[in-house]
Amino acid sequence: MKHTLTPQRYLILLAVMLTASIGDTLLSHGMGQVGPISFAHLGLLFLALRNPWVISGILLLLGFFASYLTALSWADLTFVLPSTAFGYVVVALLSRFWLHEHISLYRWLGIILIVCGVGFVANGPSLTEHPAPKPEGAAK
Amino acid sequence: MNAATSTFETWATIVTVAATAIAGDILTAGAMRRIGDLDLIRAQSGLAGAIKAVVSSPMFLLGVLSMALSFFSLLFTLSKVDVSLAAPASASLTFIGNAAAAKLFLHENVDKRRWLAAIFVCAGVVLLSR
Repeated sequence: MKHTLTPQRYLILLAVMLTASIGDTLLSHGMGQVGPISFAHLGLLFLALRNPWVISGILLLLGFFASYLTALSWADLTFVLPSTAFGYVVVALLSRFWLHEHISLYRWLGIILIVCGVGFVANGPSLTEHPAPKPEGAAK
Repeated sequence: MNAATSTFETWATIVTVAATAIAGDILTAGAMRRIGDLDLIRAQSGLAGAIKAVVSSPMFLLGVLSMALSFFSLLFTLSKVDVSLAAPASASLTFIGNAAAAKLFLHENVDKRRWLAAIFVCAGVVLLSR
């Protein structure tokens, strides 16, 4: 049996990708407001937990975790991870147009390479077949 | 990039994020593989049953601990390094390490296609750091 995914499962992968990248960008914006944290003042990390941008970033990353775990329950780790790599494009666009960070030509090329890599995996089967162990339910 | 952040410090924080993330990913993925299809579990015993199945797995909890370590190192890194470098770089390093670790520990079929993807992402990371 070839493992192809239902539309609902592609939606889960889309959620994994979007929540991770938008969550990271919100965190970055919030941490930019908090300022640099040195090893001598690690307590400042708890102060960061009161920043609304950091809080919404954490909430999105929680949503990421739930959809990520769901995806891992029916697909290989080496399938789920690259499927989410499209999020880098989202990060790049968000940091360019919202955080106004400069993205050089090299970085754009890097992002394109990553997206190509994702394309290779996305066409393959999503789950490794292990012939030996039968599921417990089938043994009855 | 923050002018005060050295190249060593930048990559040391990024590699720390990646190493802890790989441990977390392998442990949680292994746990989810043991638990089985969450969609089926949810259909049988509801959302609460699915949540209970996940959080009662020691392997999963260990994975979450690694992920929490990874999260706080990411928070630390993002306060010093641009998100367009830190987020893709740490995540891509995680991805390369995971391809090897998934084959080694989870016995996933990491075929030519998946290795090619790993190489492309690796090259992408190098370009991202330019």
